[in-house]
Amino acid sequence: MLLTITTTHEPASDLGYLLHKHPGRVQSFDVSVGQAHVFYPEATAVRCTAALLLEVDPIGLVRRRSGHGGDAFALGQYVNDRPYASSSMLAMALKEAFRTALTGRCNARSELAASPLPLQIHAAAVPCCGGPDLVRRVFAPLGWSVDASAGPLDPEIPQWGDSRYVDVHLTGRLRLADALNQLYVLLPVLDDAKHYWVSSDEIDKLIRAGGSWLATHPEKEMISSRYLTHQREFTQSALARLAEIDDTDADQLDNADQLDQLHNAVECATPDRSTPLAEQRRGAVLAAVRASGARRIGDFGCGEGLLVRDLLADRQIEHVVAVDVSARTLQIAARRLRLDTMTEQQRARVDVFQSSLTYRDDRLAGLDSAVLMEVIEHVDPPRLGALERSVFGYAAPVNVLVTTPNAEHNVRFESLPPATLRHRDHRFEWTRAEFRSWAERVASEYGYQVRFLPVGTDDVEVGSPTQLAIFGKVTG
Amino acid sequence: MSIEPIPAREVPVPELSLVVLVGISGSGKSTFGRAHFKPTEVISSDLCRGLVADDENDQSATPEAFELLNFIVDKRLAAGRLTVIDATNVQPEARRELVALAREHDVLPVAIVLDLPENVCAARNAVRPDRDFGVHVLRRQRGQLHRGLKGLQREGFRYVHVLRTEDEIARVAVVRTRLFNDLRHEPGPFDVIGDVHGCRSELEELLGKLGYAVERDDAGRAVGARNPWRRAVFVGDLVDRGPDTAGVLRLVMGMVAAGTAFCVPGNHENKLLRALRGRDVRHTHGLAETMAQLDAEPAEFRGDVERFLDSLVSHYVFDGGALVVSHAGLIERYHGRASGRVREFCLYGQSTGETDEYGLPVRYPWANEYRGRAIVVYGHTPVPAPEWVNNTLCIDTGCVFGGFLSALRYPEREVVSVHAARVYYQPAKPFPVNPDAAEPARREPDVLDIRDVTGKRVLETAYQKRVGVARANAAAALEVMSRFAIDPRWLLYLPPTMSPVATSTRADLLEHPEQAFDSYRADGVPAVVCEEKHMGSRAVLLVCRSLDAARARFGAPGDAAGALWTRTGRPFFPPPLTAQIVERVRVAAQSAGLLDELDASWLLFDAELLPWSAKAEPLLRDQYAAVGAAARAALPVAMSVLERAAAAGRDVGDLLARTRARSANATAFTQAYRRYCWPTDGLAGVRLAPFQLLASDSTTYHDRMHTWHLDVADRLVAADAELIAPTRRVDVDTTDAASIADATGWWERLTAAGGEGMVVKPAANFLRGPKGMISPGLKVRGREYLRLIYGPDYTEPANLERLRQRGLAHKRSLALREYGLGLEALDRVARGEPLWRVHECVSAVLALESEPVDPRL
Repeated sequence: MLLTITTTHEPASDLGYLLHKHPGRVQSFDVSVGQAHVFYPEATAVRCTAALLLEVDPIGLVRRRSGHGGDAFALGQYVNDRPYASSSMLAMALKEAFRTALTGRCNARSELAASPLPLQIHAAAVPCCGGPDLVRRVFAPLGWSVDASAGPLDPEIPQWGDSRYVDVHLTGRLRLADALNQLYVLLPVLDDAKHYWVSSDEIDKLIRAGGSWLATHPEKEMISSRYLTHQREFTQSALARLAEIDDTDADQLDNADQLDQLHNAVECATPDRSTPLAEQRRGAVLAAVRASGARRIGDFGCGEGLLVRDLLADRQIEHVVAVDVSARTLQIAARRLRLDTMTEQQRARVDVFQSSLTYRDDRLAGLDSAVLMEVIEHVDPPRLGALERSVFGYAAPVNVLVTTPNAEHNVRFESLPPATLRHRDHRFEWTRAEFRSWAERVASEYGYQVRFLPVGTDDVEVGSPTQLAIFGKVTG
Repeated sequence: MSIEPIPAREVPVPELSLVVLVGISGSGKSTFGRAHFKPTEVISSDLCRGLVADDENDQSATPEAFELLNFIVDKRLAAGRLTVIDATNVQPEARRELVALAREHDVLPVAIVLDLPENVCAARNAVRPDRDFGVHVLRRQRGQLHRGLKGLQREGFRYVHVLRTEDEIARVAVVRTRLFNDLRHEPGPFDVIGDVHGCRSELEELLGKLGYAVERDDAGRAVGARNPWRRAVFVGDLVDRGPDTAGVLRLVMGMVAAGTAFCVPGNHENKLLRALRGRDVRHTHGLAETMAQLDAEPAEFRGDVERFLDSLVSHYVFDGGALVVSHAGLIERYHGRASGRVREFCLYGQSTGETDEYGLPVRYPWANEYRGRAIVVYGHTPVPAPEWVNNTLCIDTGCVFGGFLSALRYPEREVVSVHAARVYYQPAKPFPVNPDAAEPARREPDVLDIRDVTGKRVLETAYQKRVGVARANAAAALEVMSRFAIDPRWLLYLPPTMSPVATSTRADLLEHPEQAFDSYRADGVPAVVCEEKHMGSRAVLLVCRSLDAARARFGAPGDAAGALWTRTGRPFFPPPLTAQIVERVRVAAQSAGLLDELDASWLLFDAELLPWSAKAEPLLRDQYAAVGAAARAALPVAMSVLERAAAAGRDVGDLLARTRARSANATAFTQAYRRYCWPTDGLAGVRLAPFQLLASDSTTYHDRMHTWHLDVADRLVAADAELIAPTRRVDVDTTDAASIADATGWWERLTAAGGEGMVVKPAANFLRGPKGMISPGLKVRGREYLRLIYGPDYTEPANLERLRQRGLAHKRSLALREYGLGLEALDRVARGEPLWRVHECVSAVLALESEPVDPRL
């Protein structure tokens, strides 16, 4: 919420002309999130500093945003770092305060505006996911000498480590307009904590608009994708409210967005890069389904419906029952599968509804095959018994196909730190022996036979990245 | 001289049946229907034709009209309502469909044929302008009718009444008869006795233990038994395998004849009847011995036995529908119904079609799916001890295999048993004899049905008549329950949300005790208790006296003797640490004498677990500490820049003052959250503050004063002060200014010292007022704590002014609905109701928690 711009170009007070703000005055103006103030703590011929201070109105901020859903906001909307952090709000205030300066126009000092000046920028409390190092990676290639440091999260609780708020000092010779533009784009970029999917043409658009400095920047892809996605509106689902009342991060509950992508993030770094592992997994499952001659298939834990799409494309398959425990995931699946616009014949081939594998559900009975692709590892081990009973005991399809990560293979994922699970919602990842012993016990308990197949490159030492068990009901 | 009244022509019709009127056009079916049945009971094809085609005579709409008719009949029969079909029904195909429909719902089809002469019908049709069809139509219909008349019984009609003259029809009195299985008018009390299998001496002993005086004939043989206040109900399988089948039959037949017992047939009676009738049956499973025993009896006795067996009715429904007795159990849809398959189920149960390793049929676990309110008591499959499963109880404890002969006392729900004198028959599958007297256990299915918790739901509770749950909220609850919650067999309760007090009007505060006292005084509550609000997380703790007790009552999922969960049903800790806490509290409860005093095998506590950081460290770190760190990184820099500007003569005075204030607020905020963090290592550092005992065994405690609950907590503290934290409190008289001032001072001191605040509760605990339940508690949070909720700067006067406009109505309503549901869940637990009945309440609380409400309240 505070930015100072200092120059030692003589006469330094010319900075007032370039910024179109008189050094002798304190100017305040309303911005959408509160009030911005521009003033000069120092304005001499040899050194001039302009300060932009943003006063955020935290209560007004929430009220303006919430609109009709007045009370449907997360607590995080009320108690957060926004009033202090030098991020997107400060960038917006920067744009409001120095609109003309950002364009590089200055009739009074046009030559000065076009030339590089000795500049020092100080931004306090810049939230940066990636720490001082990322600040250096982002600003150094632009010609700045960077001095960045982060303070402790809480000096009285040292085990919590450093905070993500970086005190940023930049020193360099740049055109003022370039400096301002860079701050405008990059402050929000540093803040971003998460990756979200952005289409490639959107990225191209930003790169074109970002001017020369962005097009040649070594981190331009990271900058672009973060810039385009950081302002995701936080609409709160019923589910997220349940996370909140139990003091949990909503994203931990609502992983509808992440499942497919995060798997990929880890698993893409495999030697099987030619065909992503998720695709190989679907292929293997489809092959097993086809080999069994099954006509009525259940996809238990269908996620966003990729396997459902493949199953529907196979005319041998008469009916697909696709269920997931997440209502939101099912909405995404319905959209991806275009359920609304399917022909009646196609639509009649698929049922999509919410179910839970730890409850008995009559609608899941009478299937030839049920697929549990990357599902069991999302169930707490004490609740696996309930899943076993409802799937193998009650739904009791002729075949059950179960895939799960092979924990032994994790050492082959370069991006995965040791002793880490592939996804944060995984409750366990099993070795081949563990999976085998589970599957064999379940098979004998419920009257199935089971065989195993590797999915993905079957590494001599650590086995394949995914393991597949094919259960067949023993008849007679 | 009196005139002899013309005798009525009685037409008996079972109370629950599908009555098919058969007759040609003009035979007076509609008139007959109107005269003898309620208008809503009669479904006519003409009416349906009118509904689908706007014309009752539009023959082209007939297929659609009958689809509609069948649909309506289907719904009515499913609901158990007598239904009358008003259509010609002269064609066998039309009747076949109706008979099938009746069978599908296991009700008896009845035909009432109006077979009037053709000319009578023609004359009637002639005066109706809409019936302008020719005589040939009537003639054809009459031909069809007559061809079918003889075969009606064969078509499946249980009763056929043919009325041939106008006079006969005029004299008809339709008499509704009870079904044989309908003994709803018999309220009991009963003693439901399990499979006897020829164990006469054990039966005599059991009857004696149940208070029956056994009556004997001259030869000293038991021929009856009588208890002046009670009657016996036998679940069948009196015969075969045991030493004295004839003696058992003599005794039971005598009791049934004397009206001191009821008896339903078992599969062994069914087979014996066939054998006595000379049918070809295999004399296995003890039948050979039975036949030998009966052969030793006089022929007259064998005749009595045959008549007795033939008279047995598949199952009985007693006590207004609250008790059902059948040999092999009965699904709810079959209660009080009559059909071949109902009888089949009663005798043999439902098998999956598979056989186990001993060659015995694998039983379909119908009881796991049972959702009925009626208690179903049955036998057939011997169990080591009777087990309640969803309101059903198998009372066959394997007497003939050396187990027990048991009876369920109804309505007391107690089991009375006698030991078998010895093993009379070696079972095909080893029968695990329970060494102890057969105490009824509970077996909760480890998997519940998704229909118990999905979709739009309406729950009936004793506290608020109907509590609704929207589909979307049920869906959110299902997801959280499935992905994160502990085993539903542990999860008996989720705590309700709590409303804050009305907003204070004081200049510097949002919440103050006076609004709580005002509110309770206005509700007519003089005595309240203020309880310190602990700085932790809400927790529910279930502690069993022993692992065995946990197994008997909850099935002990995870081989644990208890559980500890959060307000959304998640475990706080991994199993080993949970087990440690459970054990510590168990030991404390034991040494405090609580378990014995309450005669409890388990205790369920509402509590607070401290520190908050034990559960919510990521939240404290990533959200609260981050706010403090950002403020520390930004505000001092801003102040120094502003100070330099001021020194340089710029007019930044107000801005500087505001920035300084915000810096001070941020420091206060940091201090506020730090009070919630302290390191824990295993159990070291963890504190548990129980403040209410929710339930134990068959008791709930919301009618006990809060002082009682807090005394219980204090006794636990005394037993283990390291783990268990006390709850400080103050009693307040809401009509006494001095008392209020004292409590207010207490709250001020508490919160000034960094305390979170307090909760004000009616001292009497659960209370009802004229407008329904009175709020069970109102929280009054401290000024500093609220910084964590409303943000560091909420205390700035301009901010406070805006924050005062907070709507509490939704929060209050939500708090009451959740409270009522929670109490209902506890009541159901205490009454020993099936798990699904508890789980639906618990799921509903979770679903309501996902309603959008201002999270700061």
